[in-house]
Amino acid sequence: MQQETYKPGEHPDLPPPSNTIGPMAWIRENLLSSPTNIVMTALSAWFLYEIIPPTLEWVFLDAAFTGENRDECRAKAAGACWAFISERFNLFTYGFYPHESRWRVDLSFLLLLIALVAVLWDRAPFRKQGLYFACAYPFIAGWLLLGGYGLEPVETDKFGGFMLTLVVGVTGIAFSLPIGILLALGRQSDLLAIRLFSVGFIEFIRGVPLITLLFVASTMLNYFLPRGTTFDLLLRVLIMVTLFSSAYMAEVIRGGLQAIPKGQYEAADAMGLKYWTSMRLIVLPQVLKISIPGIVNTFIGLYKDTTLVIIIGLLDPLGIGRSSLADTKWTGLSNEVYLFVAIFFFISCFGMARYSLYLERKLETEHKR
Amino acid sequence: MTGMVTSRKGISLSRTWNDKETRSVIIQIVAICLILGFFAYIIRNAYINLEAIGKGFSYNFLWQPSSYDINQHFIEYTSRSSHFRAMMVGILNTLLVAVCGIALATLLGFILGVLRLSRNWLTNKLAYVYIEYVRNVPVLLHILLVYGVIVHSLPVPKQAISLNEGAFLTNRGFFMPAPVFETLFWIVPMLILAGIGFMMWFRKHARRVQDETGHHYPVFWIGLGVMAGIPIVAYFILGAPITWDIPELKGFNFKGGMVIRPEFIALWLALSCYTAAFIGEIVRAGIVAVDYGQTEAASALGLKRNRVLNLVVIPQALRIIVPPLTSQYLNLTKNSSLAIAIGYMDILATIGGISLNQTGREMECMIIVLLLYLALSLMISAVMNWYNNRIKLVER
Amino acid sequence: MNESHNNTPEADSAQDFAVTIRNMHKWYGQFHVLKNINLNVVRGEKIVICGPSGSGKSTMIRCINRLEEHQQGDIIVDGTELSNDLRNIEVVRREVGMVFQHFNLFPHLTVLENCTLAPIWVRKAPRAEAEETAMQYLERVKIPDQAHKFPGQLSGGQQQRVAIARSLCMRPRIMLFDEPTSALDPEMIKEVLEVMVELAQEGRTMLCVTHEMGFAKTVADRVIFMDEGEIIEENSPEQFFASPKHERTKLFLSQILEH
Repeated sequence: MQQETYKPGEHPDLPPPSNTIGPMAWIRENLLSSPTNIVMTALSAWFLYEIIPPTLEWVFLDAAFTGENRDECRAKAAGACWAFISERFNLFTYGFYPHESRWRVDLSFLLLLIALVAVLWDRAPFRKQGLYFACAYPFIAGWLLLGGYGLEPVETDKFGGFMLTLVVGVTGIAFSLPIGILLALGRQSDLLAIRLFSVGFIEFIRGVPLITLLFVASTMLNYFLPRGTTFDLLLRVLIMVTLFSSAYMAEVIRGGLQAIPKGQYEAADAMGLKYWTSMRLIVLPQVLKISIPGIVNTFIGLYKDTTLVIIIGLLDPLGIGRSSLADTKWTGLSNEVYLFVAIFFFISCFGMARYSLYLERKLETEHKR
Repeated sequence: MTGMVTSRKGISLSRTWNDKETRSVIIQIVAICLILGFFAYIIRNAYINLEAIGKGFSYNFLWQPSSYDINQHFIEYTSRSSHFRAMMVGILNTLLVAVCGIALATLLGFILGVLRLSRNWLTNKLAYVYIEYVRNVPVLLHILLVYGVIVHSLPVPKQAISLNEGAFLTNRGFFMPAPVFETLFWIVPMLILAGIGFMMWFRKHARRVQDETGHHYPVFWIGLGVMAGIPIVAYFILGAPITWDIPELKGFNFKGGMVIRPEFIALWLALSCYTAAFIGEIVRAGIVAVDYGQTEAASALGLKRNRVLNLVVIPQALRIIVPPLTSQYLNLTKNSSLAIAIGYMDILATIGGISLNQTGREMECMIIVLLLYLALSLMISAVMNWYNNRIKLVER
Repeated sequence: MNESHNNTPEADSAQDFAVTIRNMHKWYGQFHVLKNINLNVVRGEKIVICGPSGSGKSTMIRCINRLEEHQQGDIIVDGTELSNDLRNIEVVRREVGMVFQHFNLFPHLTVLENCTLAPIWVRKAPRAEAEETAMQYLERVKIPDQAHKFPGQLSGGQQQRVAIARSLCMRPRIMLFDEPTSALDPEMIKEVLEVMVELAQEGRTMLCVTHEMGFAKTVADRVIFMDEGEIIEENSPEQFFASPKHERTKLFLSQILEH
């Protein structure tokens, strides 16, 4: 080892010894640092070797991308048969929405993107107008999709595919937030009757599975309405999904309410603000801000839960896929269908999850400042 | 302030409204009236509607024969049994998948959490990819996928994959030999029980010895030896007093032995793997949340790595882990109702599914189903709260 | 060798020193945090290490019980060389006590349990004996009456005194203090320093990272000044404060003694 001598205070910064930097050192440190570590690396590598090549082969290398039916696919390649998905792609996207009106679905997808940018990106241009637009979006989209007022009306039983997922998801998200806020405030309220009602509602909803509520919607909700009125099945589902996620939302908001320092409430009281004014101007903005990660996580849960509608007969992508499997032309391709739908959900949910994580980090750094 | 205002004469309407207590009473009365009114309204509607189609509201149907089959039942059940019995079968099936699911999900979840904290980059990233993939895909899709793989990819019984002597994987389920116990076999479970009893005593004893002399017994290994080792040795000394009822291929399916149905396997695996991903994250976050200074202080005192974990990190991490773990257990139990998608006969599929369709008693059946799930949720919450309070007391 | 090391006490070999650090370097990634550290600590010696924040002084004493790894050079503690050998690390940690800036008491254990944990699990002491020792040291730090409380119920100063007692229960031959008073309110600093002064008078080897210059003047045998990962100057406290040699030492002292 070379040993230069320097005067005190004049020792230069030296590069670290070569055996502690660079890829080899990284590998030694992270993969081979101890016998256990070596075993783990070997096991992981073996696992990857077992999983990745066959999967790649099935999904890409040995897959058929064109073909008229399953047998044609099989004749071409032993792997996946993606021809099925591409043939049914429109069905997966629009369900049974009338061909000539599909531009309306496209337009609402586009508007959704605009609304999302305004909500999610805090430095978007025209953010304020964007936020107003986002609040109006559910109604605009509802008009576009359902028709009426100048547009050709479309029955809700024509809804399906990714479009249905978005309809259920966006409606649930848009309406569960305000209801959730009210429920959370109700749960914290000084008024006993209101508090009991809120607690009862929240705990009841959280105690039962969503699917049972959907069953209630599909089998017995009509009994509770005045005789002769019938309720659209999709609407009933939307109501249930909204109520369901609003209970979970309420718990997230309650967490936020409890995290706000007591001084904030006291300061608002001291300024002589009325309950609703102080909530609207002082408490809720802070609560919403710190609860956003929790809210987004609830949204992810809601979004994934939209798949449950297939059990009561609505056709979201999973339902479209399953009903397509019944077609003798394509029977037995369940793996392709499920993988395709899984990728769709993974992309959207993972995106939302990363966004929530980003917000959490941002909140943390803002807090420290 | 309240007293002063109300004691004044001539209480006008606006003054009443501005008085804090009176106002709260008024609001509450209005709220109660609205809520009660709403319920009265929908109950009246329901009554009129049921009347109009001549159904009424009655639970008598529960005692009529169900006339449908359930392939997995732990209590005597045939299609001539009552709807009530079908419901009991459903409850037991839900409990079975919930308990097995919670056990497996906890095990897998803790393993995943530890792997996520592993210093090994590759293992760590593998666990990360698994967790992210599984968490971000709907659980229903997982259930259908696993079920699809079992039903479509596993062979029919005629070409069953033979795992071992007498164990077969088929798309009709996992067949394996059923044990038939001979007379002397009772000694083995007795030894296991005795071993457990000994362990309970030995743990206390070891504790006492340690307190008095400082000597440490390897409690875990001794325990394993006594509880598992001795019974195994005894089993062979007794001449392996178990014969196996091996499943045999008769016609298109296996006869004899034990079978785990594909519906159960699919639901169990899918629910466990799905929930395990969430638990893994919870465990990781719980352990990370324990300040690193704790580990440093404990190692600076000379404690070995595993002792640092057992004595310092894990007791503190558990406090953070248990509450979210509870809600995962609740989620798993509630998600087990998705069984209906693949025809596993749980609560929802029996009383809320086939029974409902056959009798047309939507209201009655759904009320039962909702109450049963509520009861189940409350039970799990109660148990976990008890546990949470216990570990809290230990650490204050 | 640095010329500033002429104050190092003479000794025959590394065996006679409590701690020997030779040509030690440490990097965080590309960043050179400790540069050619050379230090010999005689048994029973009290050393105060000071320097601006980020000068590497905490990192250096954390290397002594291997809370941080060094990449070059040797560290020999009480005759045991620190390397990747886990057993050596355990041996060293048993003999070296450490007190942290943020106390790092175990919040789920009582004060007494905090103190007996290591004696019971590392020294394999009977509980009664461990508790007796613990009470003895708790008395030494003047808080025997808090023994059955949880750390969260104590003030910062009390917590730090418990942390000192916890280390002492292992009867370490060397004590390391990593800025023990910088997380404390002024009125609590005094009670902790009093305990530390008493300890110093008992003849245990102590290495102490601190900015408490009064403490350095009373107890230190040697003061070491570090900056940018280097030992710039070391001297007896009288010399160090009266006639600092290096420009940076002067600057540092003028800043710290100004108020």
